[in-house]
Amino acid sequence: MKIVKLHRKLSSVLKLSLALFFSFSLSLSAQDKPSDEQVKAGKALFNMHCASCHKLDKKSTGPALGNVAERRDMDWLKAWIKNNNELRASGDADAKAIYEEFGGVAMSVFEFLSDEQIEDIIAYTTVGDVKKAGAATAVQAVEAESTPSQVLPMIATIVVTLVLLALIGWVFLKSNNGFLKIFATIILVFLGVYFGFTALMSVGVDEGYQPVQPIAFSHKIHAGDNKIDCQYCHSSAKHSKTSGIPSVNVCMNCHKNISEVAEDTKIETKGKAYLDKEIQKVYEAAGWDSENLKYTGETKPVKWVRIHNLPDFAYFNHSQHVTVAGVKCQKCHGPVEEMDELYQYAPLTMGWCIECHKETEVNIAGNGYYKKIHEQLSQKYGVDKVTIAQLGGKECGKCHY
Amino acid sequence: MSRLFKITTVIAIVTLVFTSCDKTKRNLQYMPDMYQSVSGEPYEESDVFTNGIEAQQPVVGSISRGHIPYEYPDTNEGYEDAKMNLKSPLTAEDFDSNKEAQLFEIYCAVCHGKKGDGQGELVKREKFLGIPNYKDRDITEGSIYHVIMHGKNMMGSHASQLTEKERWLITKHVQELRNNLLK
Repeated sequence: MKIVKLHRKLSSVLKLSLALFFSFSLSLSAQDKPSDEQVKAGKALFNMHCASCHKLDKKSTGPALGNVAERRDMDWLKAWIKNNNELRASGDADAKAIYEEFGGVAMSVFEFLSDEQIEDIIAYTTVGDVKKAGAATAVQAVEAESTPSQVLPMIATIVVTLVLLALIGWVFLKSNNGFLKIFATIILVFLGVYFGFTALMSVGVDEGYQPVQPIAFSHKIHAGDNKIDCQYCHSSAKHSKTSGIPSVNVCMNCHKNISEVAEDTKIETKGKAYLDKEIQKVYEAAGWDSENLKYTGETKPVKWVRIHNLPDFAYFNHSQHVTVAGVKCQKCHGPVEEMDELYQYAPLTMGWCIECHKETEVNIAGNGYYKKIHEQLSQKYGVDKVTIAQLGGKECGKCHY
Repeated sequence: MSRLFKITTVIAIVTLVFTSCDKTKRNLQYMPDMYQSVSGEPYEESDVFTNGIEAQQPVVGSISRGHIPYEYPDTNEGYEDAKMNLKSPLTAEDFDSNKEAQLFEIYCAVCHGKKGDGQGELVKREKFLGIPNYKDRDITEGSIYHVIMHGKNMMGSHASQLTEKERWLITKHVQELRNNLLK
Protein backbone atom coordinates (compact mmCIF):
# COMPACT_ATOMS: atom_id res chain seq x y z
CA MET A 1 0.00 0.00 0.00
CA LYS A 2 2.71 2.37 1.05
CA ILE A 3 4.70 1.60 -2.08
CA VAL A 4 1.75 2.27 -4.38
CA LYS A 5 1.16 5.65 -2.74
CA LEU A 6 4.75 6.61 -3.20
CA HIS A 7 4.56 5.50 -6.81
CA ARG A 8 1.49 7.68 -7.46
CA LYS A 9 3.17 10.64 -5.85
CA LEU A 10 6.27 10.17 -7.91
CA SER A 11 4.40 9.81 -11.18
CA SER A 12 2.36 12.95 -10.51
CA VAL A 13 5.54 14.90 -9.77
CA LEU A 14 7.07 13.56 -12.95
CA LYS A 15 4.00 14.50 -14.98
CA LEU A 16 4.01 17.98 -13.54
CA SER A 17 7.71 18.53 -14.19
CA LEU A 18 7.37 17.14 -17.72
CA ALA A 19 4.48 19.49 -18.43
CA LEU A 20 6.46 22.38 -17.00
CA PHE A 21 9.51 21.44 -19.04
CA PHE A 22 7.56 21.23 -22.28
CA SER A 23 5.70 24.48 -21.76
CA PHE A 24 9.00 26.16 -20.93
CA SER A 25 10.84 24.81 -23.91
CA LEU A 26 7.88 25.63 -26.17
CA SER A 27 7.87 29.21 -25.03
CA LEU A 28 11.63 29.29 -25.53
CA SER A 29 11.36 28.14 -29.11
CA ALA A 30 8.57 30.60 -29.82
CA GLN A 31 10.45 33.63 -28.57
CA ASP A 32 14.19 33.13 -28.65
CA LYS A 33 14.67 30.39 -31.18
CA PRO A 34 13.09 31.28 -34.50
CA SER A 35 12.18 28.50 -36.90
CA ASP A 36 14.50 27.52 -39.73
CA GLU A 37 12.06 28.79 -42.37
CA GLN A 38 11.92 32.16 -40.67
CA VAL A 39 15.72 32.42 -40.60
CA LYS A 40 15.97 31.32 -44.23
CA ALA A 41 13.41 33.87 -45.39
CA GLY A 42 15.12 36.47 -43.24
CA LYS A 43 18.49 35.71 -44.79
CA ALA A 44 17.13 36.11 -48.32
CA LEU A 45 15.54 39.45 -47.39
CA PHE A 46 18.65 40.59 -45.55
CA ASN A 47 20.89 39.77 -48.50
CA MET A 48 18.57 41.55 -50.91
CA HIS A 49 17.82 44.73 -48.99
CA CYS A 50 20.24 45.19 -46.11
CA ALA A 51 23.57 43.54 -46.94
CA SER A 52 24.86 46.31 -49.20
CA CYS A 53 25.21 48.53 -46.13
CA HIS A 54 25.09 46.19 -43.13
CA LYS A 55 27.08 43.18 -42.05
CA LEU A 56 26.34 40.94 -39.09
CA ASP A 57 29.73 40.99 -37.42
CA LYS A 58 31.29 44.32 -38.36
CA LYS A 59 30.57 47.91 -39.22
CA SER A 60 29.92 48.78 -42.85
CA THR A 61 28.12 51.82 -44.26
CA GLY A 62 25.70 51.24 -41.37
CA PRO A 63 26.13 49.54 -37.97
CA ALA A 64 26.72 45.80 -37.47
CA LEU A 65 23.36 44.07 -37.08
CA GLY A 66 24.26 40.78 -35.36
CA ASN A 67 21.98 40.37 -32.29
CA VAL A 68 20.46 43.80 -32.89
CA ALA A 69 17.31 42.58 -31.08
CA GLU A 70 19.24 42.62 -27.81
CA ARG A 71 20.09 46.29 -28.22
CA ARG A 72 16.86 47.70 -29.66
CA ASP A 73 13.16 47.29 -29.07
CA MET A 74 11.28 45.42 -31.84
CA ASP A 75 8.75 48.24 -32.36
CA TRP A 76 11.54 50.80 -32.65
CA LEU A 77 13.29 48.60 -35.22
CA LYS A 78 10.13 48.28 -37.29
CA ALA A 79 9.52 52.03 -37.24
CA TRP A 80 13.17 52.74 -38.15
CA ILE A 81 13.38 50.22 -40.98
CA LYS A 82 10.10 51.27 -42.54
CA ASN A 83 10.81 54.96 -42.54
CA ASN A 84 13.82 56.23 -40.67
CA ASN A 85 13.25 59.80 -41.91
CA GLU A 86 9.87 59.98 -40.18
CA LEU A 87 11.25 58.49 -36.98
CA ARG A 88 14.02 61.06 -36.90
CA ALA A 89 11.58 63.86 -37.68
CA SER A 90 9.39 62.73 -34.76
CA GLY A 91 12.26 63.66 -32.44
CA ASP A 92 13.33 60.15 -31.37
CA ALA A 93 16.67 60.62 -29.57
CA ASP A 94 18.05 57.12 -30.41
CA ALA A 95 17.26 57.60 -34.09
CA LYS A 96 19.02 60.93 -34.23
CA ALA A 97 22.03 59.57 -32.34
CA ILE A 98 22.61 56.63 -34.72
CA TYR A 99 22.16 58.91 -37.76
CA GLU A 100 24.85 61.24 -36.45
CA GLU A 101 27.16 58.37 -35.48
CA PHE A 102 27.28 57.18 -39.09
CA GLY A 103 28.04 60.57 -40.55
CA GLY A 104 24.55 61.52 -41.71
CA VAL A 105 24.32 58.87 -44.43
CA ALA A 106 20.62 58.52 -45.15
CA MET A 107 19.29 54.95 -44.99
CA SER A 108 16.83 53.98 -47.71
CA VAL A 109 13.14 53.80 -46.82
CA PHE A 110 11.70 50.26 -46.71
CA GLU A 111 7.95 50.91 -46.44
CA PHE A 112 7.21 47.89 -48.62
CA LEU A 113 8.47 45.43 -45.98
CA SER A 114 5.72 43.87 -43.84
CA ASP A 115 5.97 43.37 -40.04
CA GLU A 116 6.49 39.62 -40.55
CA GLN A 117 9.27 40.23 -43.06
CA ILE A 118 11.05 42.55 -40.63
CA GLU A 119 10.67 39.93 -37.88
CA ASP A 120 12.22 37.36 -40.22
CA ILE A 121 15.16 39.66 -40.90
CA ILE A 122 15.69 40.27 -37.18
CA ALA A 123 15.44 36.50 -36.58
CA TYR A 124 18.27 36.03 -39.10
CA THR A 125 20.43 38.67 -37.41
CA THR A 126 19.95 36.81 -34.10
CA VAL A 127 20.77 33.32 -35.37
CA GLY A 128 23.39 34.29 -37.97
CA ASP A 129 25.08 32.03 -40.48
CA VAL A 130 25.82 28.40 -39.87
CA LYS A 131 29.50 27.77 -40.51
CA LYS A 132 30.23 25.17 -43.14
CA ALA A 133 32.28 22.27 -41.81
CA GLY A 134 34.94 20.51 -43.84
CA ALA A 135 36.25 23.49 -45.81
CA ALA A 136 39.66 23.31 -44.16
CA THR A 137 40.06 19.58 -44.79
CA ALA A 138 39.24 20.04 -48.48
CA VAL A 139 42.13 22.48 -48.86
CA GLN A 140 44.55 20.04 -47.29
CA ALA A 141 43.48 17.24 -49.62
CA VAL A 142 44.19 19.39 -52.68
CA GLU A 143 47.56 20.33 -51.25
CA ALA A 144 48.63 16.69 -51.12
CA GLU A 145 47.43 15.98 -54.68
CA SER A 146 49.02 18.85 -56.56
CA THR A 147 52.69 18.40 -55.66
CA PRO A 148 53.88 15.23 -57.46
CA SER A 149 52.47 16.14 -60.90
CA GLN A 150 54.70 19.22 -61.12
CA VAL A 151 57.91 17.87 -59.59
CA LEU A 152 58.05 14.42 -61.27
CA PRO A 153 58.77 15.48 -64.90
CA MET A 154 61.48 17.86 -63.73
CA ILE A 155 63.21 15.16 -61.67
CA ALA A 156 62.93 12.73 -64.60
CA THR A 157 64.57 15.22 -67.00
CA ILE A 158 67.42 15.88 -64.62
CA VAL A 159 68.01 12.16 -64.01
CA VAL A 160 68.00 11.33 -67.75
CA THR A 161 70.42 14.19 -68.51
CA LEU A 162 72.77 13.13 -65.72
CA VAL A 163 72.75 9.48 -66.81
CA LEU A 164 73.46 10.49 -70.42
CA LEU A 165 76.31 12.77 -69.37
CA ALA A 166 77.73 10.07 -67.09
CA LEU A 167 77.68 7.58 -70.01
CA ILE A 168 79.45 10.01 -72.34
CA GLY A 169 81.96 10.84 -69.63
CA TRP A 170 82.62 7.14 -69.07
CA VAL A 171 83.16 6.60 -72.82
CA PHE A 172 85.75 9.39 -72.99
CA LEU A 173 87.60 8.65 -69.80
CA LYS A 174 87.45 4.92 -69.25
CA SER A 175 86.63 3.19 -72.54
CA ASN A 176 89.20 2.26 -75.22
CA ASN A 177 86.60 1.59 -77.92
CA GLY A 178 87.27 3.99 -80.85
CA PHE A 179 83.81 3.63 -82.40
CA LEU A 180 82.09 4.54 -79.12
CA LYS A 181 84.29 7.63 -78.81
CA ILE A 182 83.35 8.87 -82.29
CA PHE A 183 79.71 8.12 -81.60
CA ALA A 184 79.82 9.99 -78.28
CA THR A 185 81.50 12.97 -79.98
CA ILE A 186 78.75 13.14 -82.60
CA ILE A 187 76.09 13.03 -79.87
CA LEU A 188 77.91 15.75 -77.94
CA VAL A 189 78.09 17.96 -81.04
CA PHE A 190 74.40 17.48 -81.79
CA LEU A 191 73.44 18.21 -78.20
CA GLY A 192 75.68 21.28 -78.19
CA VAL A 193 74.19 22.62 -81.43
CA TYR A 194 70.63 21.91 -80.28
CA PHE A 195 70.98 23.53 -76.87
CA GLY A 196 73.13 26.35 -78.19
CA PHE A 197 70.63 27.18 -80.94
CA THR A 198 67.66 27.03 -78.53
CA ALA A 199 69.51 29.30 -76.13
CA LEU A 200 70.28 31.84 -78.88
CA MET A 201 66.72 31.78 -80.22
CA SER A 202 65.33 32.55 -76.77
CA VAL A 203 67.39 35.72 -76.37
CA GLY A 204 64.95 38.53 -75.69
CA VAL A 205 61.97 36.15 -75.60
CA ASP A 206 60.24 35.92 -72.24
CA GLU A 207 57.63 33.24 -72.85
CA GLY A 208 56.62 31.76 -69.51
CA TYR A 209 57.99 34.73 -67.54
CA GLN A 210 56.26 34.66 -64.17
CA PRO A 211 57.69 37.20 -61.73
CA VAL A 212 56.69 37.35 -58.08
CA GLN A 213 54.11 40.13 -57.69
CA PRO A 214 53.84 42.33 -54.58
CA ILE A 215 50.25 41.19 -54.01
CA ALA A 216 49.22 37.58 -54.70
CA PHE A 217 46.42 38.65 -57.02
CA SER A 218 44.66 35.72 -58.66
CA HIS A 219 43.16 36.30 -62.11
CA LYS A 220 41.46 32.91 -61.70
CA ILE A 221 39.43 34.07 -58.70
CA HIS A 222 38.52 37.44 -60.22
CA ALA A 223 38.11 36.84 -63.96
CA GLY A 224 37.48 33.08 -63.87
CA ASP A 225 35.34 32.25 -60.83
CA ASN A 226 33.65 35.62 -60.39
CA LYS A 227 33.46 36.42 -64.12
CA ILE A 228 34.55 40.04 -63.83
CA ASP A 229 35.22 41.32 -67.34
CA CYS A 230 38.89 41.95 -68.21
CA GLN A 231 38.06 45.51 -69.20
CA TYR A 232 36.43 46.29 -65.85
CA CYS A 233 39.90 46.62 -64.36
CA HIS A 234 41.97 47.12 -67.52
CA SER A 235 39.71 49.95 -68.54
CA SER A 236 42.12 51.87 -70.74
CA ALA A 237 42.55 48.98 -73.22
CA LYS A 238 39.57 50.25 -75.18
CA HIS A 239 40.97 53.76 -75.80
CA SER A 240 44.70 53.62 -75.32
CA LYS A 241 48.03 52.11 -76.28
CA THR A 242 48.37 50.34 -72.94
CA SER A 243 45.71 48.17 -71.34
CA GLY A 244 46.32 49.88 -68.01
CA ILE A 245 47.16 48.44 -64.64
CA PRO A 246 44.19 49.33 -62.44
CA SER A 247 44.81 51.84 -59.70
CA VAL A 248 43.73 50.68 -56.25
CA ASN A 249 40.53 52.74 -56.34
CA VAL A 250 39.26 50.14 -58.82
CA CYS A 251 40.15 47.34 -56.37
CA MET A 252 38.31 49.29 -53.67
CA ASN A 253 35.10 49.36 -55.76
CA CYS A 254 34.59 45.80 -54.53
CA HIS A 255 37.05 45.39 -51.68
CA LYS A 256 35.60 48.25 -49.67
CA ASN A 257 32.89 45.68 -49.01
CA ILE A 258 34.84 42.42 -49.37
CA SER A 259 37.45 42.57 -46.62
CA GLU A 260 38.03 38.84 -46.40
CA VAL A 261 37.73 35.87 -48.73
CA ALA A 262 35.22 33.06 -48.35
CA GLU A 263 36.16 29.97 -46.30
CA ASP A 264 36.84 27.79 -49.33
CA THR A 265 38.76 30.32 -51.48
CA LYS A 266 42.32 29.32 -52.20
CA ILE A 267 45.28 29.93 -54.48
CA GLU A 268 47.03 26.63 -55.14
CA THR A 269 47.85 25.54 -51.60
CA LYS A 270 47.29 28.83 -49.85
CA GLY A 271 43.99 29.32 -48.09
CA LYS A 272 41.96 32.00 -46.36
CA ALA A 273 44.51 33.03 -43.73
CA TYR A 274 47.07 33.90 -46.42
CA LEU A 275 44.64 35.59 -48.83
CA ASP A 276 43.06 37.84 -46.18
CA LYS A 277 46.50 39.37 -45.63
CA GLU A 278 46.74 40.12 -49.35
CA ILE A 279 43.49 42.12 -49.17
CA GLN A 280 45.02 44.03 -46.24
CA LYS A 281 47.86 45.02 -48.59
CA VAL A 282 45.30 46.63 -50.91
CA TYR A 283 43.88 48.55 -47.93
CA GLU A 284 47.35 49.71 -47.01
CA ALA A 285 48.02 50.94 -50.55
CA ALA A 286 44.65 52.71 -50.77
CA GLY A 287 44.98 54.17 -47.30
CA TRP A 288 41.73 52.55 -46.18
CA ASP A 289 41.12 52.28 -42.47
CA SER A 290 39.03 49.12 -42.30
CA GLU A 291 38.18 49.66 -38.61
CA ASN A 292 36.57 53.07 -39.04
CA LEU A 293 35.74 52.64 -42.75
CA LYS A 294 37.46 55.84 -43.81
CA TYR A 295 40.25 56.79 -46.16
CA THR A 296 43.23 58.10 -44.21
CA GLY A 297 44.77 59.84 -47.23
CA GLU A 298 48.07 58.04 -46.71
CA THR A 299 48.43 56.10 -49.94
CA LYS A 300 51.38 54.24 -51.33
CA PRO A 301 51.81 52.75 -54.80
CA VAL A 302 51.74 49.01 -55.41
CA LYS A 303 54.90 48.06 -57.29
CA TRP A 304 53.45 45.54 -59.75
CA VAL A 305 56.01 43.85 -61.96
CA ARG A 306 55.27 44.27 -65.64
CA ILE A 307 55.16 40.95 -67.50
CA HIS A 308 54.21 41.68 -71.12
CA ASN A 309 56.67 44.18 -72.45
CA LEU A 310 57.42 44.65 -76.13
CA PRO A 311 60.87 45.98 -77.04
CA ASP A 312 61.04 49.70 -77.65
CA PHE A 313 61.52 49.24 -81.41
CA ALA A 314 58.08 47.65 -81.89
CA TYR A 315 54.86 49.67 -81.68
CA PHE A 316 51.73 48.01 -80.36
CA ASN A 317 48.39 49.59 -79.58
CA HIS A 318 45.72 47.89 -77.44
CA SER A 319 42.76 49.98 -78.60
CA GLN A 320 43.42 49.03 -82.22
CA HIS A 321 43.21 45.34 -81.34
CA VAL A 322 40.53 45.42 -78.63
CA THR A 323 38.10 48.04 -79.92
CA VAL A 324 38.64 48.10 -83.69
CA ALA A 325 39.42 44.44 -84.37
CA GLY A 326 37.49 43.01 -81.41
CA VAL A 327 40.25 40.51 -80.62
CA LYS A 328 39.64 38.57 -77.41
CA CYS A 329 42.22 39.29 -74.69
CA GLN A 330 42.89 35.54 -74.39
CA LYS A 331 44.12 35.37 -78.00
CA CYS A 332 47.43 36.95 -76.94
CA HIS A 333 47.41 36.61 -73.16
CA GLY A 334 46.26 32.99 -73.01
CA PRO A 335 43.81 31.49 -70.50
CA VAL A 336 44.28 34.27 -67.95
CA GLU A 337 41.01 33.31 -66.26
CA GLU A 338 42.63 30.01 -65.24
CA MET A 339 45.88 31.51 -63.94
CA ASP A 340 46.29 31.97 -60.21
CA GLU A 341 49.65 33.53 -60.88
CA LEU A 342 49.99 35.33 -64.18
CA TYR A 343 52.67 34.39 -66.68
CA GLN A 344 53.52 35.40 -70.24
CA TYR A 345 51.63 32.99 -72.46
CA ALA A 346 52.74 34.07 -75.94
CA PRO A 347 56.35 34.49 -77.12
CA LEU A 348 55.57 38.04 -78.38
CA THR A 349 58.04 37.57 -81.23
CA MET A 350 57.61 39.17 -84.65
CA GLY A 351 56.94 35.80 -86.26
CA TRP A 352 54.11 35.26 -83.82
CA CYS A 353 52.53 38.66 -84.64
CA ILE A 354 52.80 38.08 -88.38
CA GLU A 355 51.32 34.60 -88.10
CA CYS A 356 48.12 36.05 -86.67
CA HIS A 357 48.06 38.95 -89.13
CA LYS A 358 48.22 36.46 -92.00
CA GLU A 359 45.36 34.35 -90.65
CA THR A 360 42.96 36.92 -89.32
CA GLU A 361 40.32 38.21 -91.70
CA VAL A 362 39.22 41.81 -91.41
CA ASN A 363 35.63 42.31 -90.40
CA ILE A 364 34.49 44.67 -93.13
CA ALA A 365 30.74 44.35 -92.57
CA GLY A 366 29.06 47.67 -91.87
CA ASN A 367 32.20 49.69 -92.37
CA GLY A 368 31.28 52.08 -95.16
CA TYR A 369 34.36 54.20 -94.79
CA TYR A 370 36.73 51.49 -96.03
CA LYS A 371 34.30 49.83 -98.45
CA LYS A 372 36.11 50.90 -101.61
CA ILE A 373 39.61 49.91 -100.54
CA HIS A 374 38.35 46.55 -99.27
CA GLU A 375 36.73 45.84 -102.65
CA GLN A 376 39.88 46.79 -104.52
CA LEU A 377 42.07 44.68 -102.26
CA SER A 378 39.86 41.61 -102.49
CA GLN A 379 39.95 41.94 -106.30
CA LYS A 380 43.72 42.34 -106.30
CA TYR A 381 44.28 39.19 -104.21
CA GLY A 382 41.31 37.33 -105.65
CA VAL A 383 39.76 36.54 -102.26
CA ASP A 384 36.39 37.20 -100.61
CA LYS A 385 37.78 38.31 -97.31
CA VAL A 386 40.86 40.41 -96.85
CA THR A 387 43.34 39.42 -94.15
CA ILE A 388 45.18 41.89 -91.94
CA ALA A 389 48.43 41.12 -93.80
CA GLN A 390 46.82 41.99 -97.16
CA LEU A 391 45.58 45.24 -95.65
CA GLY A 392 49.15 46.17 -94.81
CA GLY A 393 49.65 44.32 -91.55
CA LYS A 394 52.95 42.96 -92.84
CA GLU A 395 54.53 46.25 -93.80
CA CYS A 396 57.61 47.02 -91.68
CA GLY A 397 56.67 50.64 -91.11
CA LYS A 398 53.33 49.75 -89.52
CA CYS A 399 55.07 48.61 -86.34
CA HIS A 400 58.67 49.76 -86.66
CA TYR A 401 59.26 53.46 -87.04
CA MET B 1 93.31 17.48 -64.52
CA SER B 2 90.73 15.22 -66.11
CA ARG B 3 88.96 14.81 -62.75
CA LEU B 4 88.78 18.60 -62.32
CA PHE B 5 87.48 19.00 -65.88
CA LYS B 6 84.83 16.35 -65.26
CA ILE B 7 83.58 17.93 -62.04
CA THR B 8 83.41 21.48 -63.47
CA THR B 9 81.51 20.30 -66.56
CA VAL B 10 78.90 18.51 -64.44
CA ILE B 11 78.51 21.50 -62.11
CA ALA B 12 78.27 23.92 -65.05
CA ILE B 13 75.60 21.86 -66.78
CA VAL B 14 73.58 21.33 -63.59
CA THR B 15 73.62 25.05 -62.77
CA LEU B 16 72.67 25.84 -66.38
CA VAL B 17 69.70 23.46 -66.15
CA PHE B 18 68.56 25.00 -62.86
CA THR B 19 69.03 28.65 -63.80
CA SER B 20 67.20 28.25 -67.11
CA CYS B 21 64.17 27.00 -65.12
CA ASP B 22 63.89 30.24 -63.12
CA LYS B 23 60.62 31.67 -64.40
CA THR B 24 60.81 34.77 -62.25
CA LYS B 25 63.67 36.27 -64.27
CA ARG B 26 63.56 37.77 -67.74
CA ASN B 27 65.66 36.20 -70.43
CA LEU B 28 68.96 37.62 -71.64
CA GLN B 29 68.57 40.64 -73.96
CA TYR B 30 70.98 41.24 -76.84
CA MET B 31 71.75 44.96 -77.20
CA PRO B 32 69.27 46.14 -74.53
CA ASP B 33 69.49 49.73 -75.84
CA MET B 34 67.09 48.67 -78.55
CA TYR B 35 64.72 47.02 -76.06
CA GLN B 36 64.45 49.56 -73.31
CA SER B 37 62.84 52.88 -73.98
CA VAL B 38 64.81 56.04 -73.26
CA SER B 39 61.61 57.98 -72.75
CA GLY B 40 59.29 57.08 -69.86
CA GLU B 41 57.08 53.99 -70.09
CA PRO B 42 53.63 54.00 -68.46
CA TYR B 43 53.56 53.50 -64.67
CA GLU B 44 57.33 53.59 -64.36
CA GLU B 45 59.29 54.51 -61.28
CA SER B 46 60.93 57.81 -62.05
CA ASP B 47 63.17 60.40 -60.44
CA VAL B 48 61.54 63.21 -62.39
CA PHE B 49 58.92 63.81 -59.70
CA THR B 50 59.57 63.96 -56.00
CA ASN B 51 57.31 61.02 -55.08
CA GLY B 52 59.17 58.70 -57.47
CA ILE B 53 56.11 57.87 -59.59
CA GLU B 54 55.82 58.65 -63.27
CA ALA B 55 52.00 58.65 -63.38
CA GLN B 56 50.90 61.91 -61.77
CA GLN B 57 47.60 63.55 -60.89
CA PRO B 58 46.78 66.62 -62.99
CA VAL B 59 48.07 69.83 -61.45
CA VAL B 60 45.47 71.34 -59.10
CA GLY B 61 43.30 73.80 -60.99
CA SER B 62 44.27 72.55 -64.46
CA ILE B 63 41.82 70.90 -66.81
CA SER B 64 42.97 68.33 -69.34
CA ARG B 65 41.76 68.58 -72.93
CA GLY B 66 38.20 67.40 -73.36
CA HIS B 67 37.54 67.10 -69.63
CA ILE B 68 34.38 68.73 -68.37
CA PRO B 69 34.34 69.37 -64.62
CA TYR B 70 31.47 67.82 -62.68
CA GLU B 71 30.02 70.32 -60.30
CA TYR B 72 27.59 68.36 -58.13
CA PRO B 73 29.32 67.56 -54.81
CA ASP B 74 29.42 64.06 -53.28
CA THR B 75 26.85 64.80 -50.54
CA ASN B 76 23.18 64.01 -49.89
CA GLU B 77 22.31 67.51 -51.14
CA GLY B 78 24.47 67.09 -54.24
CA TYR B 79 22.65 63.83 -54.97
CA GLU B 80 19.20 65.44 -54.65
CA ASP B 81 20.33 68.39 -56.75
CA ALA B 82 21.66 66.13 -59.54
CA LYS B 83 18.53 63.98 -59.34
CA MET B 84 16.34 67.03 -60.01
CA ASN B 85 18.46 69.13 -62.36
CA LEU B 86 21.15 67.13 -64.17
CA LYS B 87 20.22 66.24 -67.75
CA SER B 88 22.04 64.17 -70.38
CA PRO B 89 23.91 66.20 -73.01
CA LEU B 90 23.70 63.34 -75.52
CA THR B 91 21.39 63.48 -78.52
CA ALA B 92 19.69 60.64 -80.38
CA GLU B 93 22.64 60.28 -82.79
CA ASP B 94 25.00 59.45 -79.94
CA PHE B 95 23.06 56.38 -78.87
CA ASP B 96 23.87 52.89 -80.02
CA SER B 97 22.07 50.25 -78.02
CA ASN B 98 24.76 47.61 -78.72
CA LYS B 99 27.48 49.84 -77.38
CA GLU B 100 25.42 50.76 -74.31
CA ALA B 101 24.64 47.15 -73.49
CA GLN B 102 28.28 46.19 -74.01
CA LEU B 103 29.52 48.87 -71.61
CA PHE B 104 26.85 47.96 -69.06
CA GLU B 105 27.87 44.31 -69.22
CA ILE B 106 31.53 45.13 -68.62
CA TYR B 107 31.18 47.70 -65.85
CA CYS B 108 27.83 47.09 -64.13
CA ALA B 109 26.35 43.66 -64.83
CA VAL B 110 28.76 41.74 -62.59
CA CYS B 111 26.81 43.14 -59.60
CA HIS B 112 23.59 44.62 -61.01
CA GLY B 113 22.85 41.72 -63.37
CA LYS B 114 22.38 41.92 -67.13
CA LYS B 115 18.73 42.89 -66.66
CA GLY B 116 19.39 45.29 -63.81
CA ASP B 117 17.50 43.08 -61.37
CA GLY B 118 20.36 43.02 -58.85
CA GLN B 119 21.22 39.39 -59.66
CA GLY B 120 24.76 39.68 -61.02
CA GLU B 121 27.39 36.98 -60.84
CA LEU B 122 28.91 38.38 -57.62
CA VAL B 123 25.47 38.44 -55.98
CA LYS B 124 24.68 34.87 -57.06
CA ARG B 125 27.98 33.71 -55.61
CA GLU B 126 27.22 35.67 -52.40
CA LYS B 127 30.37 37.78 -52.70
CA PHE B 128 28.61 41.13 -52.85
CA LEU B 129 25.15 41.35 -51.38
CA GLY B 130 22.30 43.80 -51.16
CA ILE B 131 22.32 45.01 -54.77
CA PRO B 132 18.89 46.56 -55.34
CA ASN B 133 16.63 45.86 -58.27
CA TYR B 134 16.43 49.04 -60.37
CA LYS B 135 12.64 48.97 -60.20
CA ASP B 136 12.74 49.30 -56.39
CA ARG B 137 14.64 52.57 -56.55
CA ASP B 138 13.36 56.00 -57.46
CA ILE B 139 16.11 57.10 -59.85
CA THR B 140 16.40 59.67 -62.63
CA GLU B 141 19.05 60.13 -65.33
CA GLY B 142 20.68 62.78 -63.15
CA SER B 143 20.86 60.53 -60.09
CA ILE B 144 22.14 57.56 -62.12
CA TYR B 145 24.96 59.67 -63.58
CA HIS B 146 25.73 61.13 -60.16
CA VAL B 147 26.09 57.66 -58.64
CA ILE B 148 28.37 56.43 -61.46
CA MET B 149 30.43 59.56 -60.92
CA HIS B 150 30.72 59.54 -57.11
CA GLY B 151 29.47 56.11 -56.04
CA LYS B 152 26.93 55.63 -53.27
CA ASN B 153 27.15 53.65 -50.04
CA MET B 154 29.10 50.48 -50.93
CA MET B 155 29.32 51.24 -54.65
CA GLY B 156 32.54 53.00 -55.53
CA SER B 157 33.05 55.76 -58.06
CA HIS B 158 33.41 54.42 -61.60
CA ALA B 159 34.54 57.76 -63.01
CA SER B 160 38.13 56.64 -63.53
CA GLN B 161 37.12 53.69 -65.71
CA LEU B 162 34.71 55.51 -68.03
CA THR B 163 34.70 58.66 -70.12
CA GLU B 164 31.94 61.22 -69.77
CA LYS B 165 30.17 59.99 -72.91
CA GLU B 166 30.37 56.37 -71.78
CA ARG B 167 28.84 57.29 -68.42
CA TRP B 168 25.90 58.89 -70.18
CA LEU B 169 25.49 55.89 -72.50
CA ILE B 170 25.34 53.61 -69.46
CA THR B 171 22.87 55.97 -67.80
CA LYS B 172 20.62 55.60 -70.85
CA HIS B 173 20.87 51.81 -70.65
CA VAL B 174 20.03 51.77 -66.93
CA GLN B 175 16.91 53.81 -67.64
CA GLU B 176 15.89 51.38 -70.38
CA LEU B 177 16.45 48.38 -68.13
CA ARG B 178 14.44 50.03 -65.35
CA ASN B 179 11.56 50.74 -67.72
CA ASN B 180 11.62 47.10 -68.85
CA LEU B 181 11.56 45.91 -65.22
CA LEU B 182 8.68 48.24 -64.34
CA LYS B 183 6.49 46.89 -67.16
